[in-house]
Amino acid sequence: MLEKALVGSKRYWTWIFFLLGVVGIGFITYLQQFKLGLGITGLSRDVSWGLYIGQFTFLVGVAASAVMLVIPYYLHDFKKFSKIVILGEFLAVSAVTMCILFIFVDMGQPMRIMNVMLHPTPNSVMFWDSVVLGGYLGLNIIIGWATLHADKKGTMPAAWVKPLIYLSIPWAVSIHTVTAFLYAGLPGRHFWLSAIMAARFLASAFAGGPALLIILALIVRKFTKFDPGKEAIQAIGKIVTYAMIANVFFLLLEIFTAAYSTIPGHTHPFKYLYFGLEGHARLVPLMWTSSILAIVSLVLLIFPAIRRNESMLALACISLFVSLWIDKGFGLIIGGFVPNMFEKVTEYWPTLPETIITISVWAVGFLVLTILYKVAVSVREETAGVELEH
Amino acid sequence: MYDGGKILIGIIIFVLFVTFPFYNNAGKVSAKPEPKLDTPVIQQLAEKKCVEPKEFMKAEHMQLLDDWRDSAIREGKRVYINSEGKEFRISLQNTCMNCHSNKKEFCDKCHNYVAVKPYCWTCHIEPKEKQL
Amino acid sequence: MSMDRRQFLKIAGLSTIGIGAGWILSRPGEFLEASQFLQTKEFLKAKQWAMVVDMRKFKTEEDYKKVIDACHKIHNVPDFGNPKDEIKWIWSDTFEHAFPGQESEFMPEQMKHKPFVLLCNHCENPPCVRVCPTKATFKRKDGITMQDPHRCIGCRYCMAACPFGARSFNYRDPKPAIKEPNPEYPTRMIGVVEKCTFCEERLAKGQMPACVEASNGALAFGDISDPNSEVRKILNANYTIRRKAELGTRPSVYYILDIPTSVVSGGESNA
Repeated sequence: MLEKALVGSKRYWTWIFFLLGVVGIGFITYLQQFKLGLGITGLSRDVSWGLYIGQFTFLVGVAASAVMLVIPYYLHDFKKFSKIVILGEFLAVSAVTMCILFIFVDMGQPMRIMNVMLHPTPNSVMFWDSVVLGGYLGLNIIIGWATLHADKKGTMPAAWVKPLIYLSIPWAVSIHTVTAFLYAGLPGRHFWLSAIMAARFLASAFAGGPALLIILALIVRKFTKFDPGKEAIQAIGKIVTYAMIANVFFLLLEIFTAAYSTIPGHTHPFKYLYFGLEGHARLVPLMWTSSILAIVSLVLLIFPAIRRNESMLALACISLFVSLWIDKGFGLIIGGFVPNMFEKVTEYWPTLPETIITISVWAVGFLVLTILYKVAVSVREETAGVELEH
Repeated sequence: MYDGGKILIGIIIFVLFVTFPFYNNAGKVSAKPEPKLDTPVIQQLAEKKCVEPKEFMKAEHMQLLDDWRDSAIREGKRVYINSEGKEFRISLQNTCMNCHSNKKEFCDKCHNYVAVKPYCWTCHIEPKEKQL
Repeated sequence: MSMDRRQFLKIAGLSTIGIGAGWILSRPGEFLEASQFLQTKEFLKAKQWAMVVDMRKFKTEEDYKKVIDACHKIHNVPDFGNPKDEIKWIWSDTFEHAFPGQESEFMPEQMKHKPFVLLCNHCENPPCVRVCPTKATFKRKDGITMQDPHRCIGCRYCMAACPFGARSFNYRDPKPAIKEPNPEYPTRMIGVVEKCTFCEERLAKGQMPACVEASNGALAFGDISDPNSEVRKILNANYTIRRKAELGTRPSVYYILDIPTSVVSGGESNA
C-alpha cells in the first residue's frame, strides 16, 4: 500500500519536498552538533536537559493518545470511530518516531545507543522507556497496517490482530506512565517528585493528542475526499474537553501543594516559572501564555454550543495544543533544573542550532505522518461507501 | 518489461557506483605496512616480547584491549597475567605505549592501511614521540 | 509437498535467521587459557570508602586551591573558561549552597561565607546508579560510585538524578581545554559524563586520593565499615553533617563544621 504515497497532486509533492528541505537543513545542523558537541545548544552543567527532552516528553503523550480512539471503538463498539482509528494509530507512529529522534539528537554519544540493549538495566526507568516505546512503535505499525490492508481488501483483519489491539491499550498507558516515572522518582528534584506526575502526563496526553487529531482530521477533510465524520470529530472533542479539565485540575493540585506547604523546594520552581526568581524571569511570559491559552481553550470547549461549531473547536484545539506544548514540552523540564541543586539560578534558552534541529525533527514527524495518512486516505477514498468491519 | 529503458539506465548507474572503489584505485599499489619496533624502551628490553606473542597480538590486540579496559575500569583489576605467567600492568598509556611510544610508525601504519580509526585516542593521550 | 510462495518465503526467512544466529553463537571464544586478571598487590580494600572534611582546617584560599588543583591536574579535568560548559570533580561553595535549607539569617557571618569543599558523595544508595540505563555508572564492591566513560551514552539521566550537582558533562571536546595533560591518565571524550572517582586508580596503587594527600590532614579518608579506621574514629569524636541526608541516598562524605570560638559560651571552642 506504500505505493499510494508515491502518487499525489502537485500540492502534495510540494509539501513533501518542503519537508525534505527542512529535514536536510536540520541534518546538516545536526552534523555540526555531532562534531562540536551539545555545547552548541543552550544546555549547561545546571540545566542538562532542555528542548530536546521536553519535546520527547510531550510527543510521548501525543503518541499515547491513540488509545483514546482505540478504547471506544474496540472495547465499546463506538462505530463512529471506525474510519478514523487508523489516523490515531498512524499519528502514534509519527509521534514515537519523533520521540526516538529527539532522544538520538540529545545523546552525547549516539553511536553507543545499542549499549541500552546490550547492557539491559532493569532498575533504570530509561531502559524500560526504550523498551515500551519501541514496542509501542511496532504495535502501531503492525496494527495500523494490518487493519488498513484488510479494509482495502474488504475483509476482516487476521485473527492475531485483535489481541495486539487489546495489548496496545495498556501499552499506551504504560508508555506515558514510564516516561513520567523518569521524572517522578528523582529524590533531589521536588518539582518533579510528585505522585501525580503520571496522572498529569496521561491527562495532558489525552487532551493534547486528540486535539491534534481533530486538527489533522479537519485538514484531511479539507484536502482530500475522505471525511472522518462530524460526529466522530465531536466525540473526540468531548474527550479532549474532559481530559483538559483533568489536566488543568491536576496542575492546580500541584500548585496548591507547593503554595500551601510553602516548602522552598516546591515553591521555588513555580516562582521561577511564573514570576521569576532572583531577578531571572526568562520563562515567565511563556508560562503565562500557556496558562491563558489553556483557559481560552477550556472556555471554547466546555460550552457545547461553542464546541459544536467546528471552527471554534479547531481554534480551541490549536490553543490547547500550543498551551500544552509550552507547558510539557518546555516549562516542565526547565522547572526541574531551576533552581539547581545548590539553590542557584542558571537559566536556559535554546540556541539557534538547537531550534533548527528541533524543527527538522518535527519535519521528519510530519513527513512520516503525511506519507502514512496519504496511504490511509487513499484506501478510505477507494473503499468509500463500504461498511468497515474490524 | 515496462520502463525497461529507465530500469537499465538505473542498473548501469548502480553498477558504476558500487564498483567505483575498484576501478578508481586500479593500478595504484599501496605498500604493505611495516610497523616499526625501534623505540628506545623496546631497544633496552632484555627479552623483546610483548604482552602476548606477536601473532596473537596482531590478530587479537583489539579484543585484548577491550578485555583490559573492562577489567581495569569495571572490575578494578589492573594486573594481567599473560599466557606465560608474566605480570603486566593493565594500561594503554602506561604499558602498551610505554614500549610502543612511536604511534605514527607503529599503530598508525596498519590502521591507516586498512582505514581503521580506533577511537581510543579521543580519550587516551598519545605518547610524545621520543627522539631516537 | 506443495507450498505457496508465502510459506516458502516464511520458511526461508526463518532458516536464514536461524543459521545466521547459530553461526554467530557457535564462533569459538578466543581466550588464551593461562591468562588471568587480578587486583594489584597494593590494592587498598574497603567495604565503603568515606571521607571526612574537617572545615576547621580549611583557612586560606590556598587550602582550597591545592586540594582542587591536585585532583583536576592529575585527572586531566578540562577548563573551558565558562560556567555553562564547566567540568569540576571537586569545588567549593558556601554553606547556603552546600546545605540548602539549613542556613539561617542569623548564623555567624564567618560560617555564612566560608566555602565548603564539595565533591561526589559516593552515596551508599546512589540515585545516579539507579537511573543509568547502561550501568556506565555503577557501585563498586568497595563503595565507590564509579564511572565507565567507555560505556556512557551521554543521556545525562544521572545528572538529573544526582541531588548534589556532583556530575559534569563534556559539552565540548575536552582535549583542547586541558592546559597541562597528565600523560599517565586519560582524558574523557566529548559527550560523556564525568565526576570524582575517589581516585580509584590511586587506591589500586596503595595511595590515598590526590585531594586527601594534598589537604595536609584536612581531608580524612578511610573505610567507614571498619570500626578501627581513621574516619570512624573521627566520626565517633566529632559531630558531623552530610548534605541532604534526609533524601536517603546515604552520602559518604561527612563535614565537621568550623564553629566560631566566640559563639560557644565558656570560651571553649570545638577545635
